[in-house]
Order: sequence, then C-alpha cells, then structure tokens
Amino acid sequence: MAGVRVLVGTRKGAFVLTSDEGRRNWDVAGPHFGGWELYHLKGSPVDPDRIWASQSTGWFGQLVQRSEDGGRTWSPVGKDFSYASVPGTHQWYDGTPHPWEFARVWHFEPSLTDRDTVYAGVEDAALFKTTDGGESWHEVAGLREHGSGPHWQPGAGGMCLHTLLLHPTDEQRIFAAISAAGAFRTDDGGATWLPINKGLQSEGIPDPEAEVGHCVHNLTMHPDRPDTLFMQKHWDVMRSDDAGASWYDVGEGLPSDFGFPIEVHGHEPDTVYVVPILSDSEHYPPDGKLRVYRSRTGGGDWEPLTKGLPQEHCYVNVLRDAMSVDRLDESGVYFGTTGGQVYCSPDGGDTWDAIVRDLPAVLSVEVQTLA
Amino acid sequence: MTRVVLPYHLRNLAKVDGEVRVEGGTVAEVLDALEVAHPALRGTMRDPVTGKRRSFVRFFACQEDLSHAGHDEPLPAEVLEEKEPFLVVGAMAGG
Repeated sequence: MAGVRVLVGTRKGAFVLTSDEGRRNWDVAGPHFGGWELYHLKGSPVDPDRIWASQSTGWFGQLVQRSEDGGRTWSPVGKDFSYASVPGTHQWYDGTPHPWEFARVWHFEPSLTDRDTVYAGVEDAALFKTTDGGESWHEVAGLREHGSGPHWQPGAGGMCLHTLLLHPTDEQRIFAAISAAGAFRTDDGGATWLPINKGLQSEGIPDPEAEVGHCVHNLTMHPDRPDTLFMQKHWDVMRSDDAGASWYDVGEGLPSDFGFPIEVHGHEPDTVYVVPILSDSEHYPPDGKLRVYRSRTGGGDWEPLTKGLPQEHCYVNVLRDAMSVDRLDESGVYFGTTGGQVYCSPDGGDTWDAIVRDLPAVLSVEVQTLA
Repeated sequence: MTRVVLPYHLRNLAKVDGEVRVEGGTVAEVLDALEVAHPALRGTMRDPVTGKRRSFVRFFACQEDLSHAGHDEPLPAEVLEEKEPFLVVGAMAGG
C-alpha cells in the first residue's frame, strides 16, 4: 500500500513518522539517539529502507548511523571526515582568517542510482562522498579548493555546506550551497566548481558582481525541469532558468522575503513554497502568524496558506532543511518548526494539520514516498 | 584490567550497561583499549587523527582530574588494583 515516511531530525533525537496515503493517521516512532542532535536524515532513492542519519553533539563529536530497515534499527558507520589537503583558513565573523575545522555533517544526499553512494555536506564547508555505504568518506576537494575559500565566512549557524542537489539524469552535475559563500555547480562530478551567484545582491556585500560571500539559505529544483532553480537567500527569493548562471528576484508580494526553506511541489514545477520570516534579527513569522506562501507561477503571485496553521501568537522558526514534499498522486507538503511541531498538508498546501506538536526543536524534515 | 565508567551517551553507543573493563595502565592505553573493544567510541573522547582530548570530555580517578596530566603516565595505584574506576565524564554545560 502506498504511503509516506517522514524522517525528522531534532535537537534531541530522531523521529520516524509513517502514514498511509491518506496522511491523516500517523504512527510516531522515536526518539532514536535521544539527547543527540540529528541535523539530517535521508533515505536512498534506490533502496528507501536504507537511511543515513547525522548524529552529533558538542561533547562527543560526529557519528553517522545507517538503517537498513526504514529507520527501525540503526548501526554506526564511518565518521572520519578528514579534509583531503591542508584546509587553510576562511574568514571569521570579524573578517580575520580562521582555521578550517570539521564540526559536523549538515546534510546527506544519497545517489539517485547507487545505494552505496552518498554525498555529505559538512561544516566547516566541504563536500564528502562515500561509495561503500558510509564505511569510509573521502573529500570531493575541488569545491573547497576552488580558490575562493579564504573569502568564505560563517553564517550564524556556522560555515556549512547545507544544500546539495543532484541532477536527475546527469551524474556529473551537482549543485551545492554554502553559508556564507553562495551557490556552486560542478559539471564534472566534483573535480571543478563554478560559483553561480550572478544576480544575487546582498546587504553587506556592496559589490553586485561579488563572486562569493552570499548567504544562500536553501536551493531546490523539480526533477522534470533541472535547469530551473529556486533559492531562498538570507533576504530574497530568487529563480534561475539557466542552471544557476544568472538569478532574478521572484519574492515580490511576500510579507517578508527573509526565510530559510524553499520547496517545489511534487508534480508541478511552477508551484513553489516558502515560509516568510520577519527578519534576520527576529527569526519568527510576521504578525505571529505561521503562513506558508505558495506561488503557482514559478515565483510571484504568492498566496498565503493558513488553514490549520496557528494564526496568532506563533513565534517559531522553520529551518532550511525542515521542509519537504512527497510524490503521491496528490502531493503533500511537510515542515517542522523550532517549537517542535511537524505539519503536513496532504493537499498541496490547502489545509494543514500537525502530525506531532511537542517534539524537540526540529532541524530537518525529509519525506519518503513509499510504493 | 581497568574498571571504566562511561557517561550515559557513550554507554549507549557502546551498547554496555554499568562499568566496562579493559586492559591498560595509562589513560592512553585505556582509551586505545576502549576504542578497540567498542569501535563506535572512536573519535568520541579524543580526535581520531591528533589524539587530542575533546574539549567537553574529562578524565577523573580517585578524586583527581587526570584530563591535563600526561596520558602516558601510570594511572593511580587504586585504579590499577581495580579498587577505583577510571571515569570518563562529559563536562556539565548548557541548560
């Protein structure tokens, strides 16, 4: 029977939420790894019962856990994320040079074709890859060694590679986003990388031609239209129709164009979702109303989606990896909040209900559509 | 053998209850033996490459803080005689 499995990473463990295709009745399992930070969990598109989880704390460092049974049981795998070369320095918050140091894995992106291959985006920003199911990790060093690294600087959450998009048919093409360096693209499997930030304008970077330094919060694409990318930047919602070669602003009409996640509908490449946040100083929704905004025109003509979401006294945030969509016939939309709620809309955003309301602060939400 | 008390999260990672016992007469030997017996612990107490103690991890025995002592120094006699355990402690921090 078709259904969905929602993988939720929180500040204090991981949770696995499952439902049939109705998405009204949920089974909640967890916490797994109680007390640990789970920055991200993601399953293999090739073998959905195979899931990787990034488990860490400031006390005991980074672990990687792998499940072979859909998140019921877990085993630790390799966790050595040693940079391939002397990493040198990046800019610290005050602009001074700061040594590159591994802190944690922010994001896993399993291969679309090989169950043993997974990419990992880490802090301090670098890309790693395993081809043996996570037993060993090797840096794809061309990104960090692009040459602009000494000019990268951390965002408030650290200098992290937080977003990875794999081209649906061209295995050589990968998109990556780093806070605060910007977006990058490789067309040769990671050997060389191109900054793709033309058209981005960021307060604090007076040079409109700046190659790097932009605080890109999240990228997304629809697999049917892989040259079209959508970006939630620190401020600004942006779109590219040439695989990142140039960007233009599509945030007009939003109550705020600051935010973290951005997603595309499961079946409609022109339907985009964002969660506006009041500002970078406040990090909560405008007017205390939790509203997802949907554009059905590829950006612009934004409509607020509010049915089932709190419309008063709501001051949670939705982090960059905490939104996802399923690919059931009627695509569902999901997001988690720093207040511990995980919301589901089984009808593309028209109506919402909380699957759970009182988890630890949600760091990531990934949905698997099960046959 | 040396009796070792691990903190809660590391006991869970190692899938052990209560104390564990490993060979080793120095801090370094005890950590080496722990990591061999329980590979999941590798990197959780010290950097796997440099061997440097993780900053929120401390080592105690016989009411002494051994964190900053030479990790190749012999452990206190009471520990070597198994009268006292060697404690791996996660520093109290946060709210």
